[in-house]
Amino acid sequence: MTHNLIAETISISGHGGDDIEAYLAQPTDVDKVGSIVVIHHMPGYDEETKEICRTFAAHGYNALMPNLYSREAPGASPDDAAAVARANGGVPDERLVGDVDGAMRHLKSLAHANGKVASIGYCSGGRQSFLAGCRLNLDGVIDCYGAFVAADAPAESPLQAKAIVGETPNLSAPLLGLFGADDKFPSPEQTAELEKALTEAGKEFDFHVYEGAGHAFFSVNRPSFRPETALEAWGLIFDFLSRTIS
Amino acid sequence: MCTYQTENVVLRGSGKSRIGWMKVTDATVYFDHPVHFADGHALMIDVTDPSRGPDARIALELDPNSARALAESILRTLDQVSEGLLDEFAHP
Repeated sequence: MTHNLIAETISISGHGGDDIEAYLAQPTDVDKVGSIVVIHHMPGYDEETKEICRTFAAHGYNALMPNLYSREAPGASPDDAAAVARANGGVPDERLVGDVDGAMRHLKSLAHANGKVASIGYCSGGRQSFLAGCRLNLDGVIDCYGAFVAADAPAESPLQAKAIVGETPNLSAPLLGLFGADDKFPSPEQTAELEKALTEAGKEFDFHVYEGAGHAFFSVNRPSFRPETALEAWGLIFDFLSRTIS
Repeated sequence: MCTYQTENVVLRGSGKSRIGWMKVTDATVYFDHPVHFADGHALMIDVTDPSRGPDARIALELDPNSARALAESILRTLDQVSEGLLDEFAHP
């Protein structure tokens, strides 16, 4: 593998047939490869998450990140777009699923795609990755510290995230969960609740709760970044992808 | 998103954003991960005019102690306004 890749901003058909912005990174030194939908965190479709897409491509996977705020704030900077989305109550679940479905269809249409698609999401995207796994036919699902899978968002919050642990029996693929023991959203207790639901539903899953790490330990530009944890977790991600979509 | 703790406030005033001086109509107040402030969490305030698009935003990311000091200062200042000067705002 040479780590050669191309990356570009494209337009894809998302929920309801809407044209939405997306960032596509593809390896160029491969034959048939698996693909992954990258679901950005609440702070938005930002440079750091685009770098994550390029990392997947450098490791031999097609990676596509839909801009979940394309409709509210087309062309806006990621932080301004995230502020609009937050004030509006976040991304509706149904629209998120439609956008991930559109991203999956685009990935499967690529010339060197092997037809297998996983999803990964960070922060709010972790919850959304799990949600997509319950409502779409994915080949692998990765949840990085997604909050409000097992518990509703606070009632006083205008954000409309409801618990989705009840959808666990519909999970379509193996699940890799990566969490920080110091995180409050999700708390280790909420992660344990999800683990229980997965066990009861007979689902294949692999959870890791890292001591000394909190929320957003993958975020290289934040004080929450934990290099050792992130390095180990990246290794688990690539092992998981080689088993599920390669 | 991570705390999901958010309040929306309707307000009336003006502010200066990247598009220049503008009317402001809404504020969002929340405690979450900041974009720029180099700490894990911050008290965030977005003051906006949604009708003018995402760029019409004045953003603050504050250390919680600073945010509390600012809030107390605002209240203290308003409490000290000379009698009568606030009358014109009684019925917005």
